[in-house]
Amino acid sequence: MSTALVTDLTIFILALLVGIEVIGKVPATLHTPLMSAANSIHGIVLVGALLIGLTAHDTVGYILAFVAAFFAAANVVGGYVVTGRMLKMFRRKAAPAPVQAAKPAEAAAAEQRESVRS
Amino acid sequence: MTTFTNSIQLVYVLAAACFVIGLHLMNSPATARRGNQVSTAGMVIAVIATLVLLIHDGTVTAVGWTVLIVGVLLGSAVGLWSARTVQMTAMPQLVSMFNAVGGGAAALVAIYSYIHDESAAGGVLGSTTVFTVLDVLIGSVTFTGSLIAAGKLQGIITGSPVMIKGGRLINLALIAVALGSAAFMLTTASLPALLLVVLASLAFGVLMVLPIGGADMPVVISLLNAFTGTAVAMAGFVINNWALIVAGALVGASGGILTKLMADAMNRSLPNIMLGGFGTGDTAVAAVAASDAQIRSIAADDAAIQLAYASKVIIVPGYGLAAAQAQHGVAELAKVLEDHGVEVSYAIHPVAGRMPGHMNVLLAEANVPYPQLKEMDEINPEFPRADVALVIGANDVTNPAARRPGTAISGMPILDVDQAQSIIVVKRSMGHGYAGIDNELYANPKTSMYFADAKKAVAEMTAAVKTLVG
Repeated sequence: MSTALVTDLTIFILALLVGIEVIGKVPATLHTPLMSAANSIHGIVLVGALLIGLTAHDTVGYILAFVAAFFAAANVVGGYVVTGRMLKMFRRKAAPAPVQAAKPAEAAAAEQRESVRS
Repeated sequence: MTTFTNSIQLVYVLAAACFVIGLHLMNSPATARRGNQVSTAGMVIAVIATLVLLIHDGTVTAVGWTVLIVGVLLGSAVGLWSARTVQMTAMPQLVSMFNAVGGGAAALVAIYSYIHDESAAGGVLGSTTVFTVLDVLIGSVTFTGSLIAAGKLQGIITGSPVMIKGGRLINLALIAVALGSAAFMLTTASLPALLLVVLASLAFGVLMVLPIGGADMPVVISLLNAFTGTAVAMAGFVINNWALIVAGALVGASGGILTKLMADAMNRSLPNIMLGGFGTGDTAVAAVAASDAQIRSIAADDAAIQLAYASKVIIVPGYGLAAAQAQHGVAELAKVLEDHGVEVSYAIHPVAGRMPGHMNVLLAEANVPYPQLKEMDEINPEFPRADVALVIGANDVTNPAARRPGTAISGMPILDVDQAQSIIVVKRSMGHGYAGIDNELYANPKTSMYFADAKKAVAEMTAAVKTLVG
């Protein structure tokens, strides 16, 4: 077993544990956005797809690089955009929505005041 | 390792940290958006670092650059378009499609790496082969499995379980072929053997998902999400890249946990789901039928009177509401009631909708403030204090039969709708839910049935309430 492999395995196991710890606390309300967020994160495979370019010097290599880059880019861009779109909908109060989008800090403060009142 | 590659590696670690922090911020709706932004930032710096590495290395050919750039641009365009145009009810299909392409890309990375190493001087390392095979296997199964799952949810492929004669035998044969080729590859580097693994896995993915019923698709998608993450982590092992390993492991863990939560909420074990769906004949259904019981039906005006003069109303939305696109109508009805001084909250069962937490997204889309959405454990004690429980398009999750042993849904956690003072159920017919059994709630003397499409019923009730209170 090489040192690199041992390091990789260590990182893998620790990341698994971190993942379990972090996800375990997410409320059911956010499970769909969470799955979508996790979905965009596995788009990191784009890095792997790009790295194919380093050594791809023949037709087979180019084809594989192209398809992998296409797939991974669709995954990353689509994943993040749709997660953002979903999370934008989660609001505390329906009414001040447009203001909230324009001035997040002020709106958040207003929200807090409102929730104190109610 | 040079200083340059070390710095790139450090940027990857930074990106991985962004992913962890991003996921951590998903703990609350208030910080979730920032979480997504942090995670996006991590992705951007990881990609930029990779581009810097490619430019610095200088071995990428002109054709190589063209291929990568065109591929990324086309992929981004497709991703952007689908993310912008997708209906919120169709979210599970989209997630499934992203699983497919993610898993496919992970498999391709390992396949390319194998082809390249095989022709290179050093040959393929034995330890790398293990991860290559795992990546290709999981990635390919995810690719076809996710496509089938998306097809089932979209209605392109029938949602009912497709049983193929001798399917189990074919599956076993495919597994044997894949594992046999993999074992052979450990001793001898062989590209044909790898392709055999790919083909067997692709076929296995199809056969794995086809026999699973549409109702179980959410669990399958969650599982395939975990698979994709694992495949990406394996790709990270193959090309020795930390960013892929950490991100893949995070997704693998999260997908695994979500799958378990989901299966628990449906009171099913994972093997049970994977080996065949509800109503396929092997479930013993106790025949405590409500068929001879009195079913009371109700019209919009009477329902409106009950709602308008209540002091507390709990709305119980189910997939029927989403299917009828009635979430906006319900939000309007709730607003009219609230303006009239009625306390309104929503009882959300963990599996309401077609994905864990899907109903929350649908209601959020209709501008329902999230503090009104109550999870099962929080809302159940409140039902006895509710004057009216308005059930819209939810079925099995309200069936009191789940509290008794011996039924298809026994032990499934349910919403205690029957504890409310009175119950109005909006439903198109007396048809069964996914579990295929009668809902005893409908025979309850406190229950009135409002037979109509959810959207139409909600509009009628809203109009009737308005005339009453206006």
